[in-house]
Amino acid sequence: MRTVRVGNGQGFWGDNVDAPVELLRGGPIDYIGMDYLAEVTLSIMMRQKLKDPRLGYATDFIDFVRRVLPEIRERGVRILSNAGGLNPRACRERIFEVARELGVHGIRVGVVEGDDLLPRLPELVAAGHALANMDTGEPIGPVVERMTSANAYLGARPVIQALAEGADIVLCGRITDTALALAPLAHEFGWADDDWDRLAAGTIAGHILECGAQCTGGNFSRWWEVPDLAGVGYPIVEAREDGTFVVTKHPGTGGMVTVDTVAEQLLYEMASPSAYITPDVVADFTTIRLAQDGKDRVQVSGIEGRPRTGTLKISASHLAGYKSSGQITVSGPRAVDKARLAADVVWKRLERAGVTFEDDQKEVELVGLGACLPGVLPAPGDLPEVVLRLAVRDADRDKVERFGKEIAPLITAGPPGVTGFAGGRPKPQEIVAYWPALLAREEVEAHLVVTVEEA
Amino acid sequence: MRVPLERIAHARSGDKGDASNVGLIANSAELYRVLREQVTPERVKRHFGGLCRGPVERFEVPNLNALNFILHDSLGGGGTESLKTDAQGKTHAQGLLVMEVEVPDELVPR
Repeated sequence: MRTVRVGNGQGFWGDNVDAPVELLRGGPIDYIGMDYLAEVTLSIMMRQKLKDPRLGYATDFIDFVRRVLPEIRERGVRILSNAGGLNPRACRERIFEVARELGVHGIRVGVVEGDDLLPRLPELVAAGHALANMDTGEPIGPVVERMTSANAYLGARPVIQALAEGADIVLCGRITDTALALAPLAHEFGWADDDWDRLAAGTIAGHILECGAQCTGGNFSRWWEVPDLAGVGYPIVEAREDGTFVVTKHPGTGGMVTVDTVAEQLLYEMASPSAYITPDVVADFTTIRLAQDGKDRVQVSGIEGRPRTGTLKISASHLAGYKSSGQITVSGPRAVDKARLAADVVWKRLERAGVTFEDDQKEVELVGLGACLPGVLPAPGDLPEVVLRLAVRDADRDKVERFGKEIAPLITAGPPGVTGFAGGRPKPQEIVAYWPALLAREEVEAHLVVTVEEA
Repeated sequence: MRVPLERIAHARSGDKGDASNVGLIANSAELYRVLREQVTPERVKRHFGGLCRGPVERFEVPNLNALNFILHDSLGGGGTESLKTDAQGKTHAQGLLVMEVEVPDELVPR
């Protein structure tokens, strides 16, 4: 039976930059998915685009394209990415420039647009869409002017269209990670738009792939069993028309693919396992069957799905004040006591300066003493050294900036054994808060635009 | 025999807004029954009492010999708003694996 190979070369913006190149060169591959958008990345891109209308996409993607363009053209490997961010057309123009520089001709690049709802928010609110925050229930209307980005999560359909029109590279903005794997499979096998079991299978293949090495030995509980983690291979799904697939990686790469490494990734960022809702389908993770099928091969089958819901998830963001964090290292006898004193000193000096923070607006962590898991692990007695990390947040930028000036004085005007303060005063950072909401899908789908151009 | 979960299971955690999720996977179907009986939401809530301010939900995933826990209100506001080092609950799986359970001797790996 014919198989289609889909891999993931980038689990998030900041992932290993050589991994997708090795995924391309290490063996047979048909499609490579590349994820660049965390929940608040689009808000950052919005600011870049306002400064320069040629920006607003993931520039790292261009570096990748420059390294591989002649090769993907020659081998017919197709690349799918959300690197387009808020400006996929500008991203395409840049790719065409790179193609001209490299002398690569006939490259077709598809762009999916329609996810960006920011310009349409007032109109949507006026039409009666609450866009209520899914965490708090608060309607968006009263705060709509504060939103700095608002994007719908798109599904596989527009990507399938771009592939059908012959795109070698498909650039999207906000789209589910799972759609980047489902789309090529639905395209290749001609899966029907209401074939819920197969759509669920492609979706779950995408969920396994979406965090790169997290299914091939990265972040695995029994880390001591993982061979050559440094050379970890990124994942590949070998899919068949019937919706069954094998999770694997290129031969000779590090890491491992076992029922256990795949199962851990299946549960990653999971809510209700029987109802994994995407724009394409509702996938049921309680139907998945996993079986080892030789070394570094896991067979996945049995997947069932249910019809898609009538809404799409919206990811909006807004500015919600400022935050700052700073840290010092405290060493020597009674390090923990000295670190606690140093924290007290900072808060008291700020108070003398007229700057106070509510209890839930400040954080003291003694890193080394179980700060990540307070009360979970038995606390040690004294430590030879400990990192004191202080953080604050507030709507008032000046207060947050003033906090940043109280870390360095601890070196000379704090307890002894304080070191490790470098890199200047911590600066206030804007807090970009996340606003998840739901919107009737036809409001988005009627505005989708797919264009495929060649250069 | 009383053993830490690390001996009989493995786990992964991540974030969902201000909640973390911990997927806990038993090393066999027999051990899954041990988990289902002893690793209750109430016990997980107590175990993470120092960081989990909300309720704990539990879902069963028997086909993977797994339980999925949602620890509500555990990330200090979540994502970008949190002031914590572990704002995404990345370490919570490791934290759960130190919980101890009572396991029939014949099921404990040597």
